[in-house]
Amino acid sequence: MFTQQKRYYPYVSPYDPCAPIRQKFYQTPPELYLGFQPPGLPQYSAREALARGTLWPALYSPYGKSSREAQR
Amino acid sequence: MWIYQKKLQYPVRVSQCNPRLAKYLIEQYGGADGELAAALRYLNQRYTIPDRIIGLLTDIGTEEFGHLEMIATMVYKLTKDATLEQLRDAGLGEHAADHGPALFYHNAAGVPFTATYIQAKGDPITDLYEDIAAEEKARATYQWLIDMSDDPDLNDALRFLREREVIHSQRFREAVEILKQEQQQKHFF
Ligand SMILES: [Fe+2]
Repeated sequence: MFTQQKRYYPYVSPYDPCAPIRQKFYQTPPELYLGFQPPGLPQYSAREALARGTLWPALYSPYGKSSREAQR
Repeated sequence: MWIYQKKLQYPVRVSQCNPRLAKYLIEQYGGADGELAAALRYLNQRYTIPDRIIGLLTDIGTEEFGHLEMIATMVYKLTKDATLEQLRDAGLGEHAADHGPALFYHNAAGVPFTATYIQAKGDPITDLYEDIAAEEKARATYQWLIDMSDDPDLNDALRFLREREVIHSQRFREAVEILKQEQQQKHFF
């Protein structure tokens, strides 16, 4: 399954002063994977494309509150 | 911590007394894409990169200090016995007025080193892309230096340093591929 966010489990020392965050996240947006964009990809409607900033769902990269909340 | 070996990573030989080359080579000492910037960039990024990449940044950052030492050796050999007249004629008069015979962290045009040459964004993909770009810029700089130098012995060491940039770029690209891998795949049985 394609994900735009990956998780890792940083080393935690028994002597860390702050409560450890045991999993951390980083973003892997879609342009890392597409290569040369193939012709004929599915498209959003014109109105939705304007709102999202791209015509193609394959290049849409959501980021916002949910991405940040996953980091807690 | 580090363990120091009292030898260069690759032998540095200089066959001609040519202080002007030292003025150009200092670009890789204290310039924006030089070895000091590279070492500081990679070693600093280690603290906010996923665990699997930390060792790579340590290894390459350490090697960059070895390269810095090679560049310093080249500059030193090219200038240590030059007369003030030779230095002045080579465009190093301004350098000598400030630093005398010392090396200093500035670029070929005399602009002092600054931390703004490097970046740490804390976003792993972003930082690795900066590293890849930095390696390619260093490779290009070595090409211009080799083009401007007609010292075959010096060029031999410069070619070695250029090749290391190629390898570092490849390793950073592999690090990006590691970070791109899907690790949260659900396993269906
Ligand atoms: Fe390098």
